[in-house]
Amino acid sequence: MNNKPLRPLYIIPYGAWILFFVIAPIALIVYYSFFDLSGNFTFENYQNFFTSVYFKLTISSFWYAFLITFFSLLFAYPTAYFLTKTTHKQLWLLLIIIPSWINLLLKTYAFIGLLGLYGPVNAFLEMTGLGKQQLLFTDFSFVFVAVYIFIPFMILPIFNSLDKLSPALIDASYDLGANTWTTFRRVIFPLTLNGVKSGIQVVFIPALSLFMITRLIAGNKVITLGTAIEQQFLVTQNWGMGSTIAVFLILFMFIIMLVTSGSERGKTGNGKVK
Amino acid sequence: MGKLSKLPKIYLIIIFIILYAPIFYLIFYSFNSGGSMSNFESFTLDHYKAVFEDTRLIVILINTVVVALLSALVSTTIGVLGALAIVFMRNKAMRNAVLSLNNILIVSPDVIIGASFLILFTLVGIKLGFASVLISHIAFSIPIVVIMVLPKLQEMSPSLIDAALDLGASKRDILTRVIIPFIKPGIFAGFFLALTYSLDDFAVTFFVTGNGFSTLSVEIYSMARAGITLTINALTGLIFIVTVTLVIGYYFISRKAKTPIAGVRK
Repeated sequence: MNNKPLRPLYIIPYGAWILFFVIAPIALIVYYSFFDLSGNFTFENYQNFFTSVYFKLTISSFWYAFLITFFSLLFAYPTAYFLTKTTHKQLWLLLIIIPSWINLLLKTYAFIGLLGLYGPVNAFLEMTGLGKQQLLFTDFSFVFVAVYIFIPFMILPIFNSLDKLSPALIDASYDLGANTWTTFRRVIFPLTLNGVKSGIQVVFIPALSLFMITRLIAGNKVITLGTAIEQQFLVTQNWGMGSTIAVFLILFMFIIMLVTSGSERGKTGNGKVK
Repeated sequence: MGKLSKLPKIYLIIIFIILYAPIFYLIFYSFNSGGSMSNFESFTLDHYKAVFEDTRLIVILINTVVVALLSALVSTTIGVLGALAIVFMRNKAMRNAVLSLNNILIVSPDVIIGASFLILFTLVGIKLGFASVLISHIAFSIPIVVIMVLPKLQEMSPSLIDAALDLGASKRDILTRVIIPFIKPGIFAGFFLALTYSLDDFAVTFFVTGNGFSTLSVEIYSMARAGITLTINALTGLIFIVTVTLVIGYYFISRKAKTPIAGVRK
């Protein structure tokens, strides 16, 4: 395509968008992280970040994000695998995706009722003789709801990479005498690793920064980096500290992207295009 | 499910039940005449009536839809232009750089987008409210549209443009009569995705909305923090119908476009 004269016209709005809504916001976050509450230049925020409070916060945030990603993967992989074996797989995939397009808040709200003290889950527990449990406002409910929210995003890339896998490879593996488990471990899984990686990417990064689910489901018992940022920006109004946490979150995001980005070919993530 | 044995079938069914249970649970209790989500007293449509009688809620609904439609429209326009700009870029390094910048907003956590936009709007002096929400929705939808349109543009053979030029078409004709018709399915897919992203957004809106303006997600959040109201359940029932309609519409468009669901390339 060699239409040089067409170019400048297109570039203006899109270029302005990149400048004002991609570069400028990140620059502003970095800039604000060097100011304290009264607007003086300082490194205090960074010193604060390395104190035990924020260190613990970061560690627990990573731990929860790890749990959420791990369980999403654990349940998503078999789901994606079995889905590729169904006869109308595109339709089934669509059925998996529909719940993910229902407003996030509504689904979270449903769990407030479901896991509540008089909710159906507790009624079931009572029936089985386990008795009423405090389910809401626990780590368990937080991880469960987060996995529920994220699992379609994990299924999707894995499904796509499994779908692309040539059945001939699996037949070849069986012909060469591998059993089901060896075929999975040595052929299927390595070849779908890119799908798994993009799944991890689309789950882990948002899981680090959740704040709505922590507030509604975990009742402030779980504090993540996202909750801390929201707290600093909207409650304490300490934009400097909030920005500092955001800077670290952005850094973590880039590191995770570097680790999880496979070779560009065969990338099946959320809309990465070569 | 011919090829599946029993155990995988049961597994899939359990996953489906878990995925849909919360939604149907909400819809089921939206017909409850009692005030809670734990014991069903008798069937009623009162909560649906309450939704339509609550003018505040209706205004919020209209706000949400207006923001979604406007932001999808504007972001589709800018996104298509952006995709064109990227495709016509001859410098490969430059093109990759722009693509990486494009993808930053897609992978950034909502909290970061919200917080940084809040700083931006305060600094520039845009009042928090309708304008700030609309602008941020446009901003985070643009990269999605680009991602949806770009594969279509790359699919297009350059000889189509050469042929049009040879036949005496002007630059404008090429755009409106060759390129746009060819990438139309991609444009529609991008528009639909932008629409759903805007309707679904909570975190970014939560940061940049002022006191006077609210969208549905933000409103549900504050209602849910206050406790259980079955009006939300009735709202779920209505939203579920709208979403399913949108998804099915999108499904048929994307099937035509041969771009698989949710922006994942084949």
